[in-house]
Amino acid sequence: MKKILLIIQREYLTRVRKRSFIVMTILGPILMASAFVIPMYIATLTDEEKKVIEVLDETGWFFEKFSDTDEFEFKYTVADLETAKFELMENDEFALLYIPRRELTVPSSAVLYSLRQPGVDLKGYIRNVMSKEVETQKLRINLDEMDLTEEDRERAMKLPDLIRTSITLSTMKMDESGEEEETFTEIMMAVAFVSGMIIYMFIFIFGAQVLRGVMEEKTSRIIEVMVSSVRPFQLMMGKIVGIAMVGLTQFLLWIILTFAIVSVFQVSFADQMPGPDVRMAVTQSAEVSNETAVAGNTQIARVFEVINSINYTVILISFLFFFLGGYLLYAALFAAIGSAVDSETDTQQFMMPVTIPLFLGFIVANMAVYNPDGQLALWFSMIPFTSPIVMMARIPFGVPIEQIWISGALLILGFIFTTWLAARIYRTGILMYGKKVSYRELWKWIRYRG
Amino acid sequence: MAIFLTENVTKRYAGHTALDRVSIEVPEHSIFGLLGPNGAGKTSLIRIINRITGPDEGSLFFKGEKLQQKHIYNIGYLPEERGLYRKMKVGEHAVYLARLKGLSKSDATHKLKVWFDKFDLGDWWNRKVEELSKGMQQKVQFIVTVIHEPELLIFDEPFSGFDPINVELLKKEILRLRDNGTTIIFSTHNMASVEELCDHIALIDRSKKILDGKMKDIKKQYRSDTYSIVFDHFDGLISSFLDERFEIVDEGEDEDRRYASVRITGDLSSKDLLKKLVPKINIYAFNEILPTMNDIFISVVKDNEGK
Repeated sequence: MKKILLIIQREYLTRVRKRSFIVMTILGPILMASAFVIPMYIATLTDEEKKVIEVLDETGWFFEKFSDTDEFEFKYTVADLETAKFELMENDEFALLYIPRRELTVPSSAVLYSLRQPGVDLKGYIRNVMSKEVETQKLRINLDEMDLTEEDRERAMKLPDLIRTSITLSTMKMDESGEEEETFTEIMMAVAFVSGMIIYMFIFIFGAQVLRGVMEEKTSRIIEVMVSSVRPFQLMMGKIVGIAMVGLTQFLLWIILTFAIVSVFQVSFADQMPGPDVRMAVTQSAEVSNETAVAGNTQIARVFEVINSINYTVILISFLFFFLGGYLLYAALFAAIGSAVDSETDTQQFMMPVTIPLFLGFIVANMAVYNPDGQLALWFSMIPFTSPIVMMARIPFGVPIEQIWISGALLILGFIFTTWLAARIYRTGILMYGKKVSYRELWKWIRYRG
Repeated sequence: MAIFLTENVTKRYAGHTALDRVSIEVPEHSIFGLLGPNGAGKTSLIRIINRITGPDEGSLFFKGEKLQQKHIYNIGYLPEERGLYRKMKVGEHAVYLARLKGLSKSDATHKLKVWFDKFDLGDWWNRKVEELSKGMQQKVQFIVTVIHEPELLIFDEPFSGFDPINVELLKKEILRLRDNGTTIIFSTHNMASVEELCDHIALIDRSKKILDGKMKDIKKQYRSDTYSIVFDHFDGLISSFLDERFEIVDEGEDEDRRYASVRITGDLSSKDLLKKLVPKINIYAFNEILPTMNDIFISVVKDNEGK
């Protein structure tokens, strides 16, 4: 045990101290942060022309409630839905907000028709205004029924903060022919895609490091020196675990640095940019400004608000679990390949069966982002070889907990199996030189005893 | 007393037998030469001794106990083909290997510094392994093999890659280790160094042990009753006064002396040869020619091939 710790320590320290690791650690967050910061910056540069949003409000609750901002102008229409949609296309306006009448209940949903993808900030703003309004109205109705003094009533009117209402806002993207297509929440998709992508990348990058590390030990005959003091299995596991820790370190540093960079920009942008809602907060009455300011803030803050609404703990824990599980499963196979071959060129024939499931997982994950509960996504998120990537692409949309458990358990079984298999190939392969190894040969090694 | 012994060790790989019932006995405080042609099975045996692989049959004993994992702390192994992590610092690397052999960090550092100074490597402690010459890397490997002061050391071709000065340095260290009580198994193709260092040998050929014992005894066993004689110039040949029971192997002369090697056959002794010579010529030197390990190696292996 002490030896395996020593090996882990060596594998970890030699890699973390490498210049390439430090460069990647700094470069990664800059790239990731720029993915956040650049859109923010561009948002501050939007053209003067306002985007028109038609509001078709069948409930009549929200007339004149949406205030124009720097970017958006709200127009109220009374036409029927079909006409309004037609006009939207005809006049090349930005979007149509349709709030259908509810006969018995208060309004709780709305549809945003748009020719282009509406931004999260717009949707956040609409949702925010609507829920405030519904809350206020609900309260007013209830208060009317009570017999209150004017003073009590005014105090009671501040209660909406306590009785939050949630509004479902679905968006319909329309194409030129007038076809409608429901769009998913972009941020969910982004999170799903990015987590699947990162797992895919990490398995490849760090799996390749395991492969190269094992090959280095074999071809430069370090193994000969090592093998008299440690068992091959210790050496293999020490390397795999050590490199896993390098991966986790890099990942954690990326997250911390990305957030640091983004928040620095967030603060500096917030100072420079009188965001639409900040302005609004000033112009509106005290009561409203108080409420909008809480939820509104700047555009950037709204992006973060949506990001924050995702269940982070679940994503983070599953990310760590599926990253580790997937990495361990593949790293063992990479180690086995590294031990079986004499040179880089010989790796080709064995790489195929390892990279194909990995790549397949990546492709299915791309589809899963559009259909996270489909049969394809479901099955591929259960098979251990593809589950780390595909499951990660599903989780942000919400996956039944028992599915996560089953997939996790299968993944654990999967990596126990590949590690067992790899250990058997490794202990023979690592000391075998000058022999062109075939799959038949590998099978023989697996079956050797002792 | 034997510090290490193997009994009927057999190892088979798919298609061929690498070791066939090999039994060797390594006496304590000796240098034991493990000899044999390429591919004879030496490395397989060494790997089994190091518990890198296990035997299919037979057993191994270390100091009377069945060989177990705990014994590897008492064994040091310098493999024939050896490498180091090129990107690591020399000192750090040496400490790492020493710690894997069970030394504590401070203990390892302290002992290594002493050895590094002894081998003129002191200035290289903080340099990278890739900056070292091959000879220096070999020195580092030798040091980390012996650093944990094991009771049994196994050297596989320890002198390869060394210049003559460093070979001497290493020989001196190996002999010193032996004198301090370490037992050494020494595998090499360099017969001159076997002659110089080994007390005992075992010869393995085509997976079988075909010869073993004390080197002195083996040399005696393979003596050919050949004597070299150095004598004065005279007219004629020495064969003229020797009958057919004395075989002249070689005869020649240099500026001031003549010399000859004579093999005695039958049950005659050196006395009989001298009796024939002394009355006729002035003898300056008379020596028995003992076979070199090289000769023994070649003749034994050739004999074995014929079987």
